[in-house]
Amino acid sequence: MTPCRGHVSFTINGQQTVVDAPPMKRLLDVLREDLGLTGTKEGCGEGECGSCSVRLNGQLVNSCLVPILQASNARIETVEGLAIDAELHPLQKAFLECGGAQCGICTPGMLMAATHLLAHTPNPTMDEIREGLAGNLCRCTGFIKIFESVIAAAVIKGRETHAR
Amino acid sequence: MRGDPQNLELIAAASLPEVLAHISAAPGSWTPIAGGTELMVAHAAGRLSAQKLISLWGLPELDFIRVGDETISIGGGVTFGRIRSHADIASDFPLLSRAAGWIGSIANQNRATLAGNIVNGSPAADAPPALLIYDAEIELASQRGSRRLPYSDFHLGYKQSVLEPDELVLALHLRRRFAKHAQYLRKVGTRKAMAITKVALAGTAIVMNDTIHEIHLAAASVADRPVRLIATEEALLGKQLTRETWRAARAELLNEVRPIDDIRSTAEYRKHVAANLLDEFLTQLAHEGVQA
Amino acid sequence: MTPDPAHIPKTRIVGTPQIRKEGVDKVLGRAKYVDDLERGGMWYGATVRSAVPRGRIREIQFGPGIDWCEFVVVTAADVPGTNHIQMISTDQPCLAADIVNHCDEAILLLAHPDKRRLPAAVAAVRIEYDLLPAVLSIEESETRQEVIWGSHSEEGNLFKQFHLEKGNVDEVWATAAHIVEEEYRTGAQEHLYIENNGMIAEYSEAEGVTVWGSLQCPFYVHKSLMAVFALPAEKVRVLQTETGGAFGGKEDYPSVLASHAALLARKAGRPIKMVYDRMEDLAATTKRHPSRTRHRTAVDKDGKLLAMEIEIATDGGAYSTLSSTVLSRATLHASGPYVCPNIRITSRAWATNTVPYGAFRGFGAPQSIFAIERHMEQIARAVGIDSTEVRRRNFLHTGDSTATEQVIGEPLILDALLDRALKESDYAALREQFARENPKNAVKRGLGIASFYHGCGFTGSGERYLNSLAGIDVTPEGKVRVLVSSTEFGQGTNTILTQIAAEALSLSYDDVEMAPCDTSLIPNSGPTVASRTSMVVGHLIERSGHQLIASLQEQAGLGVSYTRSEFFSACEHYRQQHGKVESLCRYEAPPNVYWDDQKYRGEAYPTFGWAVYIAEVAVDTTTYSAEVTNFYAVQEVGRVLNPTLAAGQIEGGVAQGVGYALYEKVLLRNGHMFNNQMTNYIMPTAADVPPIHVFFEQIPFAYGGFGAKGIGELPHDGPAPAILNAIQDATGENFTFIPLLPEDIFVRMASFSPQEEPAAV
Repeated sequence: MTPCRGHVSFTINGQQTVVDAPPMKRLLDVLREDLGLTGTKEGCGEGECGSCSVRLNGQLVNSCLVPILQASNARIETVEGLAIDAELHPLQKAFLECGGAQCGICTPGMLMAATHLLAHTPNPTMDEIREGLAGNLCRCTGFIKIFESVIAAAVIKGRETHAR
Repeated sequence: MRGDPQNLELIAAASLPEVLAHISAAPGSWTPIAGGTELMVAHAAGRLSAQKLISLWGLPELDFIRVGDETISIGGGVTFGRIRSHADIASDFPLLSRAAGWIGSIANQNRATLAGNIVNGSPAADAPPALLIYDAEIELASQRGSRRLPYSDFHLGYKQSVLEPDELVLALHLRRRFAKHAQYLRKVGTRKAMAITKVALAGTAIVMNDTIHEIHLAAASVADRPVRLIATEEALLGKQLTRETWRAARAELLNEVRPIDDIRSTAEYRKHVAANLLDEFLTQLAHEGVQA
Repeated sequence: MTPDPAHIPKTRIVGTPQIRKEGVDKVLGRAKYVDDLERGGMWYGATVRSAVPRGRIREIQFGPGIDWCEFVVVTAADVPGTNHIQMISTDQPCLAADIVNHCDEAILLLAHPDKRRLPAAVAAVRIEYDLLPAVLSIEESETRQEVIWGSHSEEGNLFKQFHLEKGNVDEVWATAAHIVEEEYRTGAQEHLYIENNGMIAEYSEAEGVTVWGSLQCPFYVHKSLMAVFALPAEKVRVLQTETGGAFGGKEDYPSVLASHAALLARKAGRPIKMVYDRMEDLAATTKRHPSRTRHRTAVDKDGKLLAMEIEIATDGGAYSTLSSTVLSRATLHASGPYVCPNIRITSRAWATNTVPYGAFRGFGAPQSIFAIERHMEQIARAVGIDSTEVRRRNFLHTGDSTATEQVIGEPLILDALLDRALKESDYAALREQFARENPKNAVKRGLGIASFYHGCGFTGSGERYLNSLAGIDVTPEGKVRVLVSSTEFGQGTNTILTQIAAEALSLSYDDVEMAPCDTSLIPNSGPTVASRTSMVVGHLIERSGHQLIASLQEQAGLGVSYTRSEFFSACEHYRQQHGKVESLCRYEAPPNVYWDDQKYRGEAYPTFGWAVYIAEVAVDTTTYSAEVTNFYAVQEVGRVLNPTLAAGQIEGGVAQGVGYALYEKVLLRNGHMFNNQMTNYIMPTAADVPPIHVFFEQIPFAYGGFGAKGIGELPHDGPAPAILNAIQDATGENFTFIPLLPEDIFVRMASFSPQEEPAAV
């Protein structure tokens, strides 16, 4: 039996990390408090708003519902890992151009959900976009410009893939 | 965040036998936690009564989908994200596949597990109606061994089940004989996504020469547990698809379901909408004229 | 008739979709909201709240199992100044002293270095009350059987009342062809900003109080802290952190939270952070006022309005806070964009033992516009004309006068807006199609119209009273800064004000930034509310820009036309003469705006946004759920300063209006919101919002920033009545209340047994 208390290691945006935390500490709180990565937000603490969304082993999850012990040896990606050096991710560019961010508090989670969607469905239909983002609440935009941003990003990414 | 993780113990193990041994050593002391989509919500609300938890996440013995000629077996630790994207489950048990896509959001589907949905015991749970109409068998495991029983015998009452304190849900077994059945599943929630069920109806049937040769009906949020609508089925089995049959079945359903008023909806609404969903299913059967 | 596009002056930056000024930080996840910030040595605060709706506090016990020496405790006795939040009046205590008047009222505050220890401590404080009878509805309050606010007189329980008379209502009833009467009700609505309320506070004898937090109105918080701490203006400093949504929910409540955090900081001698979790924010902070509106209307045989008698009642909760101004706006929007020679409006805001209601986008207008626009449908049906005709026959035009006898001087194009909405929504063809198909379908479809206006800026003499000051300065590093107390919380304040400054100065958008939102650095340009920022503050920035150019030309050798580097050189020249380069302007009321507060007559607003919205709905008779399948929003809001941001405002407001109509219900028990979790307070998700089609007509307003009027609240006024009008079109049912849930539609429609026969057999 391996109690696994105390130290938990995982990679965060490509970097190997170890934290010393109670095993039931939420991944959300480890990110924000232990690692100072405050991009991931808490909107509800009940897995309803999606503003805490991150990708864990490539899967979109609500980090407010993940006890840190269960993230042991996982590969975690947050909003801070989207931009590479100074280059914005196509979704980030699209959100800026199309007005997908207003107050910005849902934006990190929304970007992670959109990244997850485009990874699985590079050319999503409007219905697929709606479903892919249905777990991320936005109170400012009415979602319309977020949909437009995802469509625009899919086009940008498509061009980039072609270019290669 | 109202829970204090410093006061809680959470342990993990590499294999199921180790977990079962731990649970057996102190039955009732360890609360299993799989994807956390229920327990972590309670933790954040300061309502988690468990002090000692044991993680089931990632246990290989619970995380499998076995496709045989006669049966598909789904491990209790399989997430709904995996269930909904599995091609054989989609073709043989489309209602389970569809139900998996209705649970919470995609982020929640990537963590919520089949066993968790069942063991949590909510009458509103999304997977149970599909499991009931597919006559699923549930397999429970403990250090003493494993046992199988019809899933329809699993729930005993509101959040009560036959699960012993030292047992876990190992798997659900579904016999592959429904691919040609007429299938119906509709969930009524507060909105189109991220909605707890107000009422849901699942149904499978075989109709030959306008006569109902086989019919299974199951519902969510019409009783203290997920239920098969046995009396309503009996009012339909062997009957012709006529106005008379329809009226009798509707009356039987209105009598059989016992929903309540709660924070999400009313008993009257649930009753009548359940009856409307039955109408919709019967209409679909009449149009489809399915021949087995 | 649409206005001539040539009337819109050519501009380089205003009117273009400039990228959101603070957008890069937001998409990078680098923007810092209050819970992302820390101060050295910071502790955390929590609030102990009343469990009863009304009572006298008999005893407070600190229960066992907690090491109370580790905690700092603050009660009303610790308030150094006045134990009241400064709002329009000062009846709301900062902390309840002996009486509590609503569930979740703040009684005492706790602080501890480990935030995880606070919930158990809060639960361990046991308070005993001598219960007093609670008043929990408008109707109970009206009886005055129990007076919970004010004295036992005609004013008991009454926060505010208005009475407006135009013409002679009483003489019309006898001869009217039709008299239509109905009562309409709207429920409470929660803002549900995704970022909960939060503050960080510090206190020292030397510096006084400093707070950082999620807020809309830094000088409101400043004023309230001055009173609570008995400190002069220069010893209170308020800074806005990046704010994750507000919608009016952070207009007055931050004054409460800032006071709490600062009281703890003072007693603890260290910085304090207080951030609510969702359950607390939902239960304990402000929401939209519930309302009841009664209409009695006389029309002639052609459906022309002869007289309107309107009675409005709002539920203000336990303390008056903003109830009087919400009531004012409800009153002034109650009669719709229609000509009517005889109008009587009586309106009252009542006290109940509920969490005080407050500002929420629309501020009384969504409530009364719901009523009048639903009522126009009943009038149309009574007369036998359709929804478009009843509006066309009564629309205001330029030269007509409103309920307050304000003569509309500006161009007014309601007919054109209606034409556009009908065309874009394919109204006529779709209605014909739905009428044909509905009898055979379980899903009934329909279309509904709402036509309305939203008064821009503070009512009447409000803007004169605010006396806003705003402007720009230029730093030695060559940056122009906008100096305002107007805040960004997603609607685009930063972007449009810097666009205006850049345009006025003939510089580039990137040359201009916002000065930090810090009351020690910025002038008071008024609160960020009331759809006033682009109009009033934008105009002040535009004027400041022109004023600076004129000064530089007069005193620093700047030419009539100039390059960018010539501009900055002239600024340095000016700095040597004057020590700084700054240009501020104070509010000047537009000409011919006169308001009589006693008679409630005159120019209520300097200008209005005008709109016609059309909702297309589908009502599923199997599940009794209504959904919006398409939405068309046509409006005239003056100059569109930034098309992306403007459309974003409309889309967001419409989505909130959809929620207001069909999804969002506040459930109260003893005045406590018990569905205080996101899983049980239902807002539309990405899967639920309809396609929203937005169209602008532009008639520049001379006294707005580059012609802009206000835009923020208008889009929340129209959706609910348009949707319920569409539901009536689809089903024939007249629903008079919102939120309208499937369970409500079921109660009405199931009695007609539409599903007696299944479709097939």
